[in-house]
This record gives sequence, C-alpha cells and structure tokens, in this order.
Amino acid sequence: MPNRSEIWNFLFGRLTLDSFPFLHNNLEGYIVLAVFIPVCLGGIALLAAITKYKKWGYLWHEWFTSVDHKKLGIMYMILATVMLLRGFSDAIMMRSQQAISFGPNTGYLPPEHYDQIFTAHGSIMIFFVGMAYIVGLMNYIMPLQIGSRDVAFPFLNNLSFWFTFWGAITFMISLFVGKFSTAGWLGYPPISELTHSPGVGVDYYIWGLQLSGIGTLLTGINFVVTIIKMRAPGMSLMKMPMFSWTTLVTSGLIIVTFPILTATLLLLSVDRYLGMHFFTAAMGGNLMLYINLIWVWGHPEVYILVLPLFGVFSEIVPVFSRKPLFGYASMVYASVAIMVLSYLVWLHHFFTMGSGSAVNSFFSLTTMIISIPTGAKIFNWLFTMYKGRVEMTVPMLWTMGFLFTFTIGGMTGVMLSVAPADFLLHNSLFLIAHFHNVIIGGVVFGIFAGVNFWFPKAFGYKLDEFWGKLSFWGWQIGFWVAFGPLYVLGLMGVTRRKSHFDDMSLQIWFIIAAIGSAIIAFGILAFIIQLVISYKRRKEYAVGNDPWDARTLEWATSSPPPAYNFAFVPNVRERDAWMDMKENGYKRPLTGFNPIHMPKNTASGLVITTLCFLCTFALTWLIWWLAVVSFVGVIVASIHHTFNYHREEHIPADEVHESENDPDNWALENQSVSA
Amino acid sequence: MNSSTSSQSQTAPHDAHAHEGSVKSYLTGFVLAAILTVIPFWLVMGHPIDSRGWTIFLILALAVVQIFVHIVYFLHLDMRSEGGWNMMAFVFTAILVIIVLGASIWVMWTENKLMMPMAEHGQNMHMSMPDK
Amino acid sequence: MNTTVANTVPTAPTDFYCVQEPPAHNGTLVGFWIYLMSDCFIFASLFVSYAVLGTNYAGGPTGAEILDLNGLAVSTALLLVSSVVFGFAMLAMQKRNKGAMLGWLAVAGILAAVFLSLEVREFLHMIAEGAGPDRSAFLSAFFTLVGTHGLHVTVGCLWLIVLMVQLARFGINDANVRRLQCLSMFWHFLDLIWVGVFSYVYLVGVLL
Repeated sequence: MPNRSEIWNFLFGRLTLDSFPFLHNNLEGYIVLAVFIPVCLGGIALLAAITKYKKWGYLWHEWFTSVDHKKLGIMYMILATVMLLRGFSDAIMMRSQQAISFGPNTGYLPPEHYDQIFTAHGSIMIFFVGMAYIVGLMNYIMPLQIGSRDVAFPFLNNLSFWFTFWGAITFMISLFVGKFSTAGWLGYPPISELTHSPGVGVDYYIWGLQLSGIGTLLTGINFVVTIIKMRAPGMSLMKMPMFSWTTLVTSGLIIVTFPILTATLLLLSVDRYLGMHFFTAAMGGNLMLYINLIWVWGHPEVYILVLPLFGVFSEIVPVFSRKPLFGYASMVYASVAIMVLSYLVWLHHFFTMGSGSAVNSFFSLTTMIISIPTGAKIFNWLFTMYKGRVEMTVPMLWTMGFLFTFTIGGMTGVMLSVAPADFLLHNSLFLIAHFHNVIIGGVVFGIFAGVNFWFPKAFGYKLDEFWGKLSFWGWQIGFWVAFGPLYVLGLMGVTRRKSHFDDMSLQIWFIIAAIGSAIIAFGILAFIIQLVISYKRRKEYAVGNDPWDARTLEWATSSPPPAYNFAFVPNVRERDAWMDMKENGYKRPLTGFNPIHMPKNTASGLVITTLCFLCTFALTWLIWWLAVVSFVGVIVASIHHTFNYHREEHIPADEVHESENDPDNWALENQSVSA
Repeated sequence: MNSSTSSQSQTAPHDAHAHEGSVKSYLTGFVLAAILTVIPFWLVMGHPIDSRGWTIFLILALAVVQIFVHIVYFLHLDMRSEGGWNMMAFVFTAILVIIVLGASIWVMWTENKLMMPMAEHGQNMHMSMPDK
Repeated sequence: MNTTVANTVPTAPTDFYCVQEPPAHNGTLVGFWIYLMSDCFIFASLFVSYAVLGTNYAGGPTGAEILDLNGLAVSTALLLVSSVVFGFAMLAMQKRNKGAMLGWLAVAGILAAVFLSLEVREFLHMIAEGAGPDRSAFLSAFFTLVGTHGLHVTVGCLWLIVLMVQLARFGINDANVRRLQCLSMFWHFLDLIWVGVFSYVYLVGVLL
C-alpha cells in the first residue's frame, strides 16, 4: 500500500505546495503575491462579467471556434496586447532595479529573480508580442489584399492561434506555479541544462516555445499556400500589394527556420529528460553546437519580425503621399534578397566565441551586405514621399518615427558587424540598445502604424487621433531617453543582464533610462486610452469602406468586411487594384449574387491544443500519468477530427444580397475622411 | 502565374500530380535505388578501396544520387508539379540545407580546432571530423 | 501605373469582378510538400548535430563496435520495398481499384511495422549493452537522429491505419485521394531521409 507521499508524487509529480511562490514568506514571495491578487481579482471579474451578460455562447460561436481569418487576426492581436503589458512590466522592473542597485544598495530584486525577469521579458516580447502581432496583421489583411475569401487552411489557422495562446499561457502560468527560466531568452546551456537549472523554469520555457512554434510553422505554410493558390484572377505576383509580398517572404522564412528552433529545443529537452549529452561537455557534448543552431534560427527570426512591418510601411506611405510606391520591383527584389541573405549572417551573434578570423570575416562581410537591401527600401519610401502630397495622419507619424529611429538602429548594427569592434560591444548595453532600436523603431512602430491604419477597416470606426499622437510621442521620446544612455554605457563596456553595479558613476545613466521607460509607459497608457475613447466615440468616428482613399483591395470591402469578404471575387487588372477600380468607374454590384461556400466553425482546434497544453504542463512537472493520458487524448481528438468530412457550409445568395444592400454595412461608402 | 481557367488543377483526382508514376517508373526507381544501396554496403563490408577518405566520399556521393532517384521516380518532382512551386520550394530548401550543414560544420570544426589543448579523459577533445 | 491616362474605351463593370465564382484551387498537396520541406530542416539540424558529435565517444562504444550492418541491410530493404509497394497502391488508387489499393497499402504498412520492430529491438539491445543514448554525445546524436526518423515512420503507420479505415468506409473520394497523396509523399520522403541515415550514420559511422 503506497504511502501518502508516494500517492502525492504519482498524482502531482514534482508539484508541491512549495511550488507556489506567492505562498513563500520572503520578498520575492510578496512581490509575486502583489501581482497574483490583482490578476486573480481581475480574472474573476472578467469571468463574472462574461457570465452576467451571458456572453459565453457568443464568445464560443463567434470567436473561439471561428476559422475566419479576420476573427483569428483580431484574437492574435488581443493576445499580443495583453502580453505587451506583461513584457513591459518586466521592463519596468528591470529599469527600476538597475536605477537603484548600486554599491551597498542591492535593489529589490534578488539576482535569481532578476534573471527570470529578463528571460521572460525577452521571450515574451519576441514570441508573444512581436510574432503574435505580425501573425495577427498578416492573418487579417493578406487574404483581403489578394482578393480571397479566407486562407488556404482555415482549420489549421484556428489551430495555430490556439497553439500560440497556450504557449503564452505556459509562460504566464510560470509566474504563479513554479518559476521561470533564468537562462536568457535563448536558453543557452550550460545554464539551461539540468545541472544549473534543475527546476521547472527551463521546461516551461521549452514547452511554451514548442507549442507556439508549431502554431507559427503551420501559419507559415498556410500563408504561403494561400498566396500561391488563392490570389484573385488577374493578380500576378508582381501586381500583388507589398504587404502581401512581405507576408509571402516572411512565411517562407518561417517555414525554413522554425523547424531548426524546434529541433534545437528538442535536443535540449532530451538532455534534460533523458540524460543525453548533446550539450553537456563532460560526456562529449558541445555547447557551441547549441549556440550555432539557435542562431541559425535566431537571425532569420528577427527578419521574420521586421519584414511584415516593412510591408505595412509600403502600404501606408503611398496612401498618405497620394502616389504609388516608388520602385515596387526593387522592393520585391530587396525583400527576397533579405530573405536569402538572412540565412548567411547568423554567426555575427557570437563573433567572440572562438571561431577565428576567417569565419568571423566571412560573416562580418555578409552582415554588412544585408544592410543594403534594407537601405534600398528606406530610399524607396523617401522617394515615394518626394513630390507627393504628404498627409501627416497618425499612421504616417509612426512611419516618420520609424524612418528616423530604425535607420539609426540599423547603423549601429553595421557598427556591430565589424567583428573587431564587436569584441568590445558583444553582450554590452550597446547591443541591447541596438536591438531595441531596430525592434522598437521597426517592429513596434510598425505595429502601431498598422493598427492605426487598418483599425477602421476591422471595426468600422477610426481611432482617436489626439491620443494616437500622444502615444506616438510617448514612445518616440521615451525610446531615446530609455536607450540613448545604454548606447553610452555600452561603449564604455558595461555588460548586459546585471542586477547590481559597483561603479557609482554609472548610476546617472540608468536613472535617465528609467525615466525613459516611464515615458514609454505613458505612451502605452495613451494607446489604451486611445482604444477606450475611440470605442466610446465610435458613432462619431464611424467610417465607410475607404476612409483613407487607399489603393489596395481590402478597402473595397465594407468596414468591417462581411464573413465572405467579397460578394464577387475581384478581377484584377493592375497593381493597386482598388485604386485602378476607383479611377476607371467601378460600381459596386447590388444584384446577381451567387451562394458562397465558406468553411464551418470547429471546436477541434481548441480541444486538441488544450490537451497539448495539459501534456506539456504534465511534462514540466513530471506528472507522467497526465502526460500519457493527455497525449493519447491529442491523438484521439486529432483522428476524430479527420473523420469530419463536412467542413463547409454555404451562405445563400439572398443572405449575400441582404448584406450587400444593408445601409448599415455600407454607410459612408467611398467617403474618405481627411486627417 | 495564376489563372482562373487553368483546367488541370481542378477537383479531378490527378490534380497537379498528373504525372504520377507508372509500374515501369516505380520499378526503374526501385532497381536504381537498390543498386545505389548495394554499392555502398559493399564498399564498407567488402572493403575494396584502401583509402578511408575515398570510401566515405563515394558513400556520400552515391547517397546524394540515390536521393535524386527517390525525388524523380518516387516523389515525381518536376518543373510542372503545382505550377513549378514544388520545384522552387525544393531548390530553396536544398540551397538552405546545404548552407546550414556546410557553414555549421565549418564553424564547429574551426572552433574545435582553435580550442586549447585540455586534460584527456572525459572532456570533449581532439574531435576528429569526418571529411566533408 | 495607375496614374496613366485612363482607358479611352469605357470599362464594363464586370471587368472588375468575376460574375461566376472562379473554380477553387485546392492547396493541400503543395501545402503538404512545403511541410515536408520544413521537415528537411528538422533532419538537417539533427544531421548537423550528428556530424559535430559523431565521434565524441567519451570513452564509450564507437560506431564500429556497436553498429550492426547486417540488420541495417534488412531494414533498408524493408523500407525501400515498402516505398515501391506504396507506389503500386497509388497506381491502384488511380484506377479506382479499391481492393488492390488496400492490399498494397497493407503490405507497405506491414513492411514498415517490421522495420520499426527491428529498430526497437536494435535500440533495446544497445541500451542493454551499455550503449544507450545517455552514454556519450555520439550515442545521444545517434539515438535522436535515428529515433526521430523512427517516430516519423510510426506516425506514418498510424496515419496509414486511420486512412485505410476511411478509404474502406467512405471510398476513394476527393478528400481521401488528397490524403493518400499526402501520405504517399510522406512515405517516400521518409525513405529518402533513410538514405541519408544509413549512408552517413551507419556506413560512414562504422568507418570512423
């Protein structure tokens, strides 16, 4: 008869009451408790509100089981916004710690906690903010731009979202159950190996990324096939909008790089779970193998993050310069060149790690070369604006900020590409400043530009301009105040990831940086206020299908578009198809509609991914019975799904007729709203 | 690239794999693959060539050839599958795989070569890399 | 482009849209092919790891000592024949010959299952001899690379069983044709990866 502790171990693996940090009687425990209580209360309030207003059915049928690319796109972006708040809280904690932790003062975060915070900050920002936002944008906009009704594999789209969601939950749950990894956002061994991280932290990290990684890979395949197969008649590749082009290139990159992350994390998992020796030096393992492989993934990843936003700017600049994009063909070639070249530079992330001068020189050169196509793009945007009638709307303001900020960030990147210089700058605060410079200047500014640009399309009303501009200035000024000092510190040789410093003369720089982060916080707050106020004033801010007098097909649909996107599939004659239609007397047809086949909603995605999450949670805590049961459940649920051969339904012609003739849908048709 | 009147890729069963094999092509592929398998086995088990380096090179070269046999005779890859997209995806993959394999091995081999000599047992030493 | 002089010939409204729904282009086959391309990168990473760690014996057994080439010959033959047999199943499918198709599929599945059982036996034997994946980096790389291939074959066999049930029950309809074409690609792809495995991991591994 097994005793109580044996039963407990079987049922709960290594999960014990001690695994809940908010129960600990120390400073770290209190900090976690201070977060746990509001999260709990807020969560309960949210659930209560949904129940009170009887919204569960609505949420289930309209959102959670939806395979509509527009709904999934919005859900991705909501997830990304929530995770932005989490990732940014980590940033505030780091900035405040580093501002005060000098000499005898060790701040309020013990080193081990600080390590978890910077690990979580980086991982969350890259995977669950950056990736989630861009996948959300590409999901929403690309099918509309190419004149299609949905993506190639709508069920996989739903599945991908839920994989990403559960990956994010895996990260979030580590706040309150167990702990997180301390090994940095890339989880280098030996820190990430069992010897130095025996607990659940690295396992949470691995499984969170494996879950969301599956989602991302499937999304990449989905988007490529959509663009290959589902473009409207007449839309050759060279007539496709630039945002869809960058979607194609980004998705291609995802397909060829994410498997490498999957494989590398798999190798780390078998080291940890099965006692293998890929990266444990004692039995023949090689730590540099991990670093090499993870950066083969890691470098294309940052291009995956930024390329879609280059596409966003390529849409915004022509619209608000009242001119077609300058150098469309060269933009396409530049994007493809970046895609290929991004596969030839990865070693610049570890110049200092013993590869010698021949190897370093090769990668130094390739890194310098890769800045050229991006430079070409910047010139093309500038030439588009030249002699155009530039309108400084909020999206355009973000774009201006990007042109300035990202370009400087790119230049510091070229500085880093000089391998001998990198021997000072590697892993210094200069590096931190550089990549935040390009990620914030490129990715974050691009996201806000895209959100402000396409929000009216998705929701039928514009975002408040005043708060939008405030948000921009908060970010723009805040960024330089927060990261300018880091460039200075980095050139002085100060290292990253330190929770305490002895040199008091450095403190002033960190205080300035902390102030900068507060200004950015204001920028984020302004964004939230912008969303709330715009919602409240949505009748006043209501728009029609084409508020910006734009150029591409998504603006031909109503705002928001119907489930089927286009009543008739467009026939494309020119690039900037919608502008061509407007200039040549297009009249929207009001009769003669056909029934439209659309994919049906399904709960399979949510079921399968929830079981996957349970399995990974069980694997983290070594709850073997749960791991086996949920894994079998995944297989059964997947097989069950394949027995469903009836995944389509059709929207009858008169329903289409009604929707196309509904004055509510088409109010303010073709009326553009000046800034 | 995309035409609404393309007749081949409809709901017809052949789809873009209309160039499915025939009995002859499968058997040809089989015989070629079998030959390309027997030779490397013989090279290792019969040991006809003294030079280890050349043996390894031949084994790997024959493997590459056999991979192409599989691609042509079993996977039916040609310029027409899926309007050329299959070939493009394959070529792109092949190029990147060669880059990843080649450059990674170059980098790792160089790093190992530049490692300082260390104490013998247990540690990762004098890693001899297969010629590639 | 679109700031040129407008057409002098007036455009009909229907120039801008398709009055009839254009035929759907199913993307399943190209999508699955692209998935296989992504799988190449998983195996590429594992091959890189094997290339780097393949002679790190950590004082333990070497390739020459524990790799069994006779068993390898049998396994390779099983997989190759299984691949060809799958091709015959596809030919039967095209002729809509359900019986022959299911028959060939069953043979292919059985051959793959025998391949798997031989591989499991080989692994268990190696572990019993103290040459398990935790013995050295070389063995970790060996087990992971060969094991990942084996896991793929296992998934393929499971998929085959489910698909055979669906073919028997629902017949050779469009969806099942697409699924079988995907499984066929998967099957051949795994034999292709095996060429790399037996050549580099086993044959070369024995020589080093």
